[in-house]
Amino acid sequence: MDTVVTPPLNYLNDGYGLGSWLLTKDHKRIALLYLVSITAFFALGGFFALLIRLELLTPAADLVQPDTYNKLFTMHGVIMVFFFLIPSIPAVLGNFLLPIMIGAKDLAFPRLNLLSWYIYILGGTVTLIAAFTGGIDTGWTFYAPYSTASSNSHVIMAASGVFITGFSSILTGLNFVVTTHRMRAPGMTWFRLPLFVWSTYATSLIFILGTPVIAITLLLVAVERGLHLGIFDPALGGDPVLFQHLFWFYSHPAVYIMILPAMGVVSELVQTFSRKNVFGYAFVAFSSLAIAIIGFLVWGHHLFVAGQSTYAGLVFSILSFLVAVPSAVKVFNWTATMYKGSVSWESPMLYAIGFLGLFTIGGLTGLFLATMGVDIHVHDTYFVIAHFHYIMVGGAIMGYLGGLHYWWPKITGRTYPEPWAKFAALMVFAGFNLTFFPQFIVGYLGMPRRYAMYPPEFQVYNVLSTAGASILGVGYVIPIIYFIWSLKYAPLAGPNPWGAKGLEWEIPSPPPTHNFEVTPIVTERTHQYAPSQEVRIV
Amino acid sequence: MSDGHAHAAALHGGAPHEGHHPRLQEQFDDMGQQAEASTLGMWVFLSTEIMFFGGLFMCYLVYRTASPSGFAEASHSINLILGAINTGVLICSSLTMALAVRAAQTSAKPRTQVTFLLITMCFGVVFLGIKAYEYYEKFREHHVPGPYFHWEGQYPKAAEMFLSLYFAMTGLHALHMIIGLGIMTVITVMAWRGSFDEEYYTPVEVSGLYWHFVDIVWIFLFPLLYLIGGHYQ
Amino acid sequence: MSGHIASRGFYVGIWITLLILTFLTAWVAEFDLGAFNNVVMLAIACTKASLVILFFMHVRWSTRLTWVVAGAGFFWLLIFFSLGMNDYLSRGWVQGTLR
Repeated sequence: MDTVVTPPLNYLNDGYGLGSWLLTKDHKRIALLYLVSITAFFALGGFFALLIRLELLTPAADLVQPDTYNKLFTMHGVIMVFFFLIPSIPAVLGNFLLPIMIGAKDLAFPRLNLLSWYIYILGGTVTLIAAFTGGIDTGWTFYAPYSTASSNSHVIMAASGVFITGFSSILTGLNFVVTTHRMRAPGMTWFRLPLFVWSTYATSLIFILGTPVIAITLLLVAVERGLHLGIFDPALGGDPVLFQHLFWFYSHPAVYIMILPAMGVVSELVQTFSRKNVFGYAFVAFSSLAIAIIGFLVWGHHLFVAGQSTYAGLVFSILSFLVAVPSAVKVFNWTATMYKGSVSWESPMLYAIGFLGLFTIGGLTGLFLATMGVDIHVHDTYFVIAHFHYIMVGGAIMGYLGGLHYWWPKITGRTYPEPWAKFAALMVFAGFNLTFFPQFIVGYLGMPRRYAMYPPEFQVYNVLSTAGASILGVGYVIPIIYFIWSLKYAPLAGPNPWGAKGLEWEIPSPPPTHNFEVTPIVTERTHQYAPSQEVRIV
Repeated sequence: MSDGHAHAAALHGGAPHEGHHPRLQEQFDDMGQQAEASTLGMWVFLSTEIMFFGGLFMCYLVYRTASPSGFAEASHSINLILGAINTGVLICSSLTMALAVRAAQTSAKPRTQVTFLLITMCFGVVFLGIKAYEYYEKFREHHVPGPYFHWEGQYPKAAEMFLSLYFAMTGLHALHMIIGLGIMTVITVMAWRGSFDEEYYTPVEVSGLYWHFVDIVWIFLFPLLYLIGGHYQ
Repeated sequence: MSGHIASRGFYVGIWITLLILTFLTAWVAEFDLGAFNNVVMLAIACTKASLVILFFMHVRWSTRLTWVVAGAGFFWLLIFFSLGMNDYLSRGWVQGTLR
């Protein structure tokens, strides 16, 4: 930093060597380590997506062979789900913000926090080795018995990578739960917590109670493949449906791991940029917990056509409808928060509003899929692909980008070029819809997922989709460029560029190493913009 | 939290930021907060462990429901006496573990703490020894699932599934025992150096929780694996 | 640091109870009681686990939060088992379908 005024000591200029980063116990530096690594994984996963879309530009398998295509969509799924979406908001924004938002000096277990990053990197490396020494072709779901008996690809190594990364999630979740319970500043009662903390807490519950189940499942897949200990393979007396039960017991709640933190981000954004405290705080807070808990009861809707009993299908169908209730509560409350607020249209808010619309579409099409009769028609078609990309890309990534823009001045101490940010947000929104909306139609018309070839009459939808994907790709690259540019050239942001409320905006940007000079004493809920007009709901 | 705060404040003359305990990490205000965070952290970790083993118990439940007689027949083939002895061994180790924690809590001499910890570890080693002998017997009888599996009874398929689960469950449990022995070695060295007294015994307490948890897993494995064939003819 | 300290005799008492219960469950398993065997052996196992959790692991004297966390693990396991078995035990219940 060669500015004229010597900047005050903060977490960024408190030590410069490589060791001061790789051996840091500071939650803010660990958050940046995660930011860099998940961005790398996002770029790689995006690259695979690009190849998939290019291949699907034409009906024939001409760019890559079907075998290669199978590996492409598998690696896209594995990397995006386990190495980008699941750690994205919790490990980057959660790590950075959770201690600051509750008025703590750090997480409860800083060394464990650093360890979880190393575990993540180890798991990622193992998976990448599997990807580049031959790849895997099972799909990100590792379905048995294909994964345990038939596939000739590097299943054991890829599964080990995901298994290892699971421990990183568990340790992060453990750290967050203990921190939220035990490290809150005086006066920071549960009902004064920022809503982002509530959603991170709910996410951590899923990390803790769900992740071990996929760990044991993947362990069994590896053992069955390596040692012929038959658990899932029917040839060895096993039951493949049991694999699906075990797999989805984690992997359905994993969807809520992706969306809940994004909901927390959106709660913060909507309040700041509407200059209004949230409508129905307790409802939004508890709906996070409700989503986390009910999310564990719905996994069987992935098994409607897998041989599950019809009766169990009915039960899971009803429970899946239930989870829409707390999700809808959130959407209505955000909308009600904006109503009569003084809404301003800065780039983070654009992402938040984009989230609202796209998450609603993604959520409602989820109800189509939870209906057994409809699911039989659209199961394993592009309708499903479109649905979960509306949740994961339209929901989770919009939330992640919105949060990154919102807290970027806090993280780096610098602003970013707002016109470019708005332009990129619009590109992402337009490109996203052009990519995935046609997939609802082509899926409904019957185009199955996971094939390199398709009948020529579906080509128009696939061309639209590929065109959209290229716009979306550019929309993602622009922020990367101006964020890197901003590190050196953008104007300093000051402690509170948005005029927002919350503990993180009361300390300098970037924050000092120990966050707070003196432990803050909290006397009111965050985002109290108009205390006189507060409507008490509870 | 209140208890810990009050107690630590009393110890440090009412000013939590002066006169730190040398073991107090900088992110915590006082020893009470630190201890409560560590204990809670271990309990949260144990709940993930419950779900980790839970996946295997789910497999057991499904396959046993599918072929109860086959499971009983296969269970009859494993050594009930050794299983029962091992259960006793683990229960003894839990007692000495609890006494080791108590010794630290009451600021007993390092020698006393170390003695209890070493006895606990000895029981752990005996358990693993007996387990290894059982595995050896299984290998000798060709009761290990895989290409060389051989079964004389009525239900070879179900027996192979039972034994797959037997090896998976007891193997994972044994792995946890080995990790536990590693943790106990560290704790014993710390205790030998006199690290633990009534003000600071969290590491003993927390690793004790882990040790007891591994015991609890066995408390369920013993009836589910060894006893269901008890009356099988 | 504060924490309840139980007497040595109390721990020994728990230990003896655990050993007796182990002997009891192994003894009952020798008799064929039908499905009742499972009930007895699981009841005894749960009792033993509760003794270890409550006393050796000090939950009896811990905060309410510890109770909740310890209970949550087992409760989630119960969710997992019951919704999973909900499928396996109901195969063929709905008339006119193969499943």
